[in-house]
Amino acid sequence: MRGMIVKLFTATCLIALTNTGFSFCGFYVAKADTKLFNKASQVVLVRDEDRTVLTMANDFSGDLKEFAIVIPVPTFLEREQIHIGDKAIIEHLDAYSAPRLVEYFDEDPCRVTRYMEMNMMKSAGAKRQRDDAKAASLGVTIEAEYTIGEYDILILSAKQSDGLQTWLVDSGYKMPKGAEKVLGSYIKQKMRFFVAKVNLTEQSKLGYTFLRPIQVAYESPKFMLPIRLGTLNADGAQELYVYALTRKGRVETTNYRTVKLPTGMDLPIYIKNDFGDFYRDMFAEQVKRENNSVVFLEYAWDMNWCDPCAADPLSEKELRELGVFWISDGTQKGGPGKLRAPPTAARDVFVTRLHVRYDADRFPEDLFFQVTGDRQNFQGRYVLRHPWKGDEDCDEAVRYREGLRDRFEREAKQLANLTGWDINEIRGKIDFGRVPEPPEPWWRKLWRR
Amino acid sequence: MPPNSLKSTGRCDPRLYQITVLTVLLIYGVFRLDFDVRTVQVLVILAVVIITQYVCSRVVKLPRFDIRSPLISGLSLCLLLRTNSLLIAGVAGLVAVASKFILRWNGKHFFNPTNFGLIVMLILTEGAWVSPGQWGSVAFFGFLLACIGGLVVNRATRSDVTYAFLASYIVLLFGRAFWLGDPVSIPVHQLQNGAFLIFAFFMISDPKTTPDSRPGRILFAFLVASGAVGIQYGLYRTNALLWSLAVFAFLVPVIDYLTPGIRYQWQQRFSLNEFLISNTDVRTAATGRST
Repeated sequence: MRGMIVKLFTATCLIALTNTGFSFCGFYVAKADTKLFNKASQVVLVRDEDRTVLTMANDFSGDLKEFAIVIPVPTFLEREQIHIGDKAIIEHLDAYSAPRLVEYFDEDPCRVTRYMEMNMMKSAGAKRQRDDAKAASLGVTIEAEYTIGEYDILILSAKQSDGLQTWLVDSGYKMPKGAEKVLGSYIKQKMRFFVAKVNLTEQSKLGYTFLRPIQVAYESPKFMLPIRLGTLNADGAQELYVYALTRKGRVETTNYRTVKLPTGMDLPIYIKNDFGDFYRDMFAEQVKRENNSVVFLEYAWDMNWCDPCAADPLSEKELRELGVFWISDGTQKGGPGKLRAPPTAARDVFVTRLHVRYDADRFPEDLFFQVTGDRQNFQGRYVLRHPWKGDEDCDEAVRYREGLRDRFEREAKQLANLTGWDINEIRGKIDFGRVPEPPEPWWRKLWRR
Repeated sequence: MPPNSLKSTGRCDPRLYQITVLTVLLIYGVFRLDFDVRTVQVLVILAVVIITQYVCSRVVKLPRFDIRSPLISGLSLCLLLRTNSLLIAGVAGLVAVASKFILRWNGKHFFNPTNFGLIVMLILTEGAWVSPGQWGSVAFFGFLLACIGGLVVNRATRSDVTYAFLASYIVLLFGRAFWLGDPVSIPVHQLQNGAFLIFAFFMISDPKTTPDSRPGRILFAFLVASGAVGIQYGLYRTNALLWSLAVFAFLVPVIDYLTPGIRYQWQQRFSLNEFLISNTDVRTAATGRST
């Protein structure tokens, strides 16, 4: 039997810098795709009261025959509770909520001129053999089996973890070491197991070259993500993005600290071309400073707008597709969505983007969440201020140029502090242009020969 | 059984120590842990609790106005309540302190004021929440030491409820983990929570709102701990400790009826002299008047 890699919220996916048009300022910054984070998973959690719609993006890039996931779920799932989603919508949500770079241009100090603002976003995007009799003898019940889209899906319940472990191994799933204990814990907590793998026939009929996200809708007080199985087969830390869509407000973890990502800093302008590196290193530095044990808040915003917009807010149709069940259903179903202009009617949807780097040591427990009443907007936003480069030499211009050196130095220090980069290297990359050298200290000439 | 006298072995008023610990924690929380608490929110809550205490003291003609009790309630509220509305913050303070004067049974208030203020706000408005996860492990251990220090320094007569609660809760969490086959790191992680410490050392320990007898207090602590574990891990609701305390507060008059004991009385005066030379015995009959 062919061994299948059990992917448990740890889909190996590439997070790429994507290029997106910017409606706010009307121009576009081209950038090559860049691999930012390895082993990142993206999950969308739509939550209101006890109703949850969970969307899991599978950016699995290996042999599809090897793909399988086992996910603990709080309830039994009917066929209608499972849906195959549209990957483009998650990419849109990623783009909309990603940390962003904003550019300002200094005015001519000699006269008032125009300013431009530009923003740039960085996206972190990134043959079942059935044997009922055998399953029963192991205490495993196949409660349902569905073929939905390109996936063959089983809903399992089990009495004993060893039975479930044996069944999964015998059925070709390669279980990580230590999985049995974790499965046992979930079984005692009355969780079911959602097992999915790719139906190659269906997949070739559908013609998709990638795996589409799996969505499940259920009603349960458990507002959580099971990350424990995922930490078992991990080599190193896992990267997880959670996009939470609620009616009420921001979402936070209740059993881990949720910390706001540092934001609003002025950075040297050369960062424009290195924004991906900057963001990746800044995130790593912040994770280290927080002792690898916190969840970062990257975005919290009312879905009706954005400022500046890294991408348009999601349309009602896209939100419905993601499972936002409380907004009106006046839309038709269609193919993969494209970016659209935001609708005019106000939607009661608040988005929270959480980013966590976790391992079994620092994150022993699953992630539990709560919806708060906080509707304050927050975004990861970094500012570039282009100096004025005119030739005029009015008094204001001279003073302006003298002030630039301090400003560049401040920006260099900010950047070094955020990323842990070497300050001298940063200084070396800053274009000082016509910025005058600092005046020589008076004592330097005193005994000079 | 008639009420007897009570021996308070405190060298100084434990509330002064509590106020100090809560203040330091609030400053640390706001500046180091990025607690979402604005200075103006702290000022509003503290002003409201003090004014409410003053007005209520005048209305019920208490012999003196005591600022310590409302300060503890106010600081605890500042640490636990999250809201973007100053109105909600102020009303929480008002409700917390006023509850001591209004919700009384047999001459005793049975809700912890902070807990009552929080629960009422959680029920009535969507704009209030409690963030139980916002504590780092560094803060936790420092805070734990400060709390234990409080028990030692004050030799508080009513620490039994804290011990009983801690023991029950720890046994239940480890027992659950053992039953589930979970690693020890899970219950340890669950216990490393500053809100849990505030609860154990500043809320459930409130001698004015716990049962009068020792067996009663131990029973009460066990019930609150069990209820909290049930709410958190059976019903999967957040802030289980707060809800559990609010529910079982209704049982305090019943427990007092079944196991009568001695009503607690805070020391009425504190002086440097007392602090230096004496273990003042405060002997008092149950007055039922809260400060």
